[in-house]
Amino acid sequence: MKAGGSLSIWLFIGISLLVNGLLIFGSGIYELIHPPVKQVVLYNLHANVWWGGLLTALGAFYCIHFAPGKGRV
Amino acid sequence: MTPVLAFARAPRLVHLSQIDLVIIIFYFALVLAIGFYLKEQANTGEDFFMAGREMTAWIAGLSFLSANLGSLELMGWAGASYQYGILAAHWYWIGAIPAMLFLALVMMPFYYISKTHSVPGYLKLRFGEPARALSSISFAFMTVLMSGINMYSMALVLKIILGWDINFSILVSSVTVAIYVALGGLRSAIFNEVLQFILIWAGALLIPILGLIEAGGWSGLKARIAVNASSEYTHLWSTLGRFQDNPMGIHWTGIVFGLGAVISMGYWTTDFLVVQRVLSSKDLRAAKMAPIIGAGFKMMVPFIVILPGLLGLAVLPIKLVGETQAVATGGHSYNEVLPLMLARYCGPGLLGLGITALIAGFMSGMAGNVSAFTTVWTYDIYRALIRKDASDHHYVSMGRWSTVIGVAISIGTAYLVMDFKSIMDYVQALFSFFIAPLFACVLLGMLWKRATAAGGFWGLLSGTLASVGMWAWVKVDPSALRYVALSPYARDMAENMYRALWSCLTCATVTVVISLLTKPKPESELKGLVYGATEIPSETYVSTLHRPWFWAVVVGIAFVVVNIIFW
Repeated sequence: MKAGGSLSIWLFIGISLLVNGLLIFGSGIYELIHPPVKQVVLYNLHANVWWGGLLTALGAFYCIHFAPGKGRV
Repeated sequence: MTPVLAFARAPRLVHLSQIDLVIIIFYFALVLAIGFYLKEQANTGEDFFMAGREMTAWIAGLSFLSANLGSLELMGWAGASYQYGILAAHWYWIGAIPAMLFLALVMMPFYYISKTHSVPGYLKLRFGEPARALSSISFAFMTVLMSGINMYSMALVLKIILGWDINFSILVSSVTVAIYVALGGLRSAIFNEVLQFILIWAGALLIPILGLIEAGGWSGLKARIAVNASSEYTHLWSTLGRFQDNPMGIHWTGIVFGLGAVISMGYWTTDFLVVQRVLSSKDLRAAKMAPIIGAGFKMMVPFIVILPGLLGLAVLPIKLVGETQAVATGGHSYNEVLPLMLARYCGPGLLGLGITALIAGFMSGMAGNVSAFTTVWTYDIYRALIRKDASDHHYVSMGRWSTVIGVAISIGTAYLVMDFKSIMDYVQALFSFFIAPLFACVLLGMLWKRATAAGGFWGLLSGTLASVGMWAWVKVDPSALRYVALSPYARDMAENMYRALWSCLTCATVTVVISLLTKPKPESELKGLVYGATEIPSETYVSTLHRPWFWAVVVGIAFVVVNIIFW
């Protein structure tokens, strides 16, 4: 569904997931290098690294797939 | 349909890092950007109030669900599942799925073909002006009150979780919603609701995943709950044979007939807050598919709402208690289970996304209330009763202003609730006053050609008065509960279920009796409004995989399966 103009709603969603994913992934990498004193439960799973990576990949896919001018709806 | 949050004490539950704040600020910036981007697409009444009727089934379906998935819904039902166990999932399954499928397959053709702008608008076409006036005024009243109560509750939640000032939270979130809805109308509300829906899942999904890992899977979760509480907390139906056998104090008849047949049917098929999203669909097939898509996702919502509550019961080292006890002892209440689980598993970044999910839930719920209020006010009250012959441009301007004014009234209501907290207890009652009889009225209007204007109006009025009367009766004389809810052991939720059932039956009975005593409309005037007088477009031109009934059967089978699995 286009936003009436040339931008799809899915592009906005892609941007949101991409930015949030990058911030969370970056934060996870920082925690790997500098482990916090107070750790969350299951810290050893490093959820912010893989969850952030997943959101980044999904966001990037949506941004590319629904980029302006690609003719997708 | 949400347990009330009323906690106002204790230090903040979590501390946000700078990265969390960046994520929250980015969210606000993005929703405002969408509002500004869509402003140019909201010039006509059809654009502003109905999003141009060009939404795809997916957009309308996700928005339909998101408008209901408020933060109180998330936190309240997570708390309810900690308190009552998996019984809370009834509000997501039998309390939603059959109604959504019924809306899609039975009622949507009449809403869509009649080209009405709203549910009160349908009543005008079917039963005339008095029925519309009654339903539109009661809906507008209920909507701004609900919006204000939600606003206050969310601000309170942010104060408890983050230590934010209540005034700051109310101002920032309500002004943001007012800006993006006033600029882009329903289209902006819908687009943001879809974004918010995705963010809610992105922010909340980690809790059940990590929780199940910690608890040792579903079997480990059940074993821990059996030790910490009782094995009955993980059974959906087997404890509903007697009122006193389950923590909710409810009987299966209340769940099936009160919740499944009346309250949920009323909410999902006649509450304009959700129906408006589906009316924006681009064609009838999309309008029928939208609630089915919504139902498919609704069935999965317990994974991010009910499961975290159960996991809290299994893994949290502290015992959560009721609001009153929490206030007295300084402990944590049931309603805090979701933020507690969030803080348990989520470090910097993830915490910000989780909090953004809660804020997004609140804003989607509020935008839903505001956009529905704006349409009903402009089309069903202002244009119908105050100024009938103005230009389309004038009504769009009125829509923008009523958005701002609706938010302002909601803010006023939020501050009123601060002084009179007991008002929050009446939210559930309000719902049964107006929505349950409305369902009977609309359903008879759609399915029975003989229903007359007088029957519809007096049925709706008597159903509403019966509901208010039963509520007042129990308030004055608590022993009346044994008559209203069929058992002295019944609790608040059970009372709401049965009151809704009786008010619905009252409306139906009065509508039938008066209709039989009055002169019906000729069939030619019922075209496009009533079953038997309306030609429903054929869907034989699309393949089976694209037909609504096919996907309704798929969702229906999945619904039966999950109920059997968790029996």
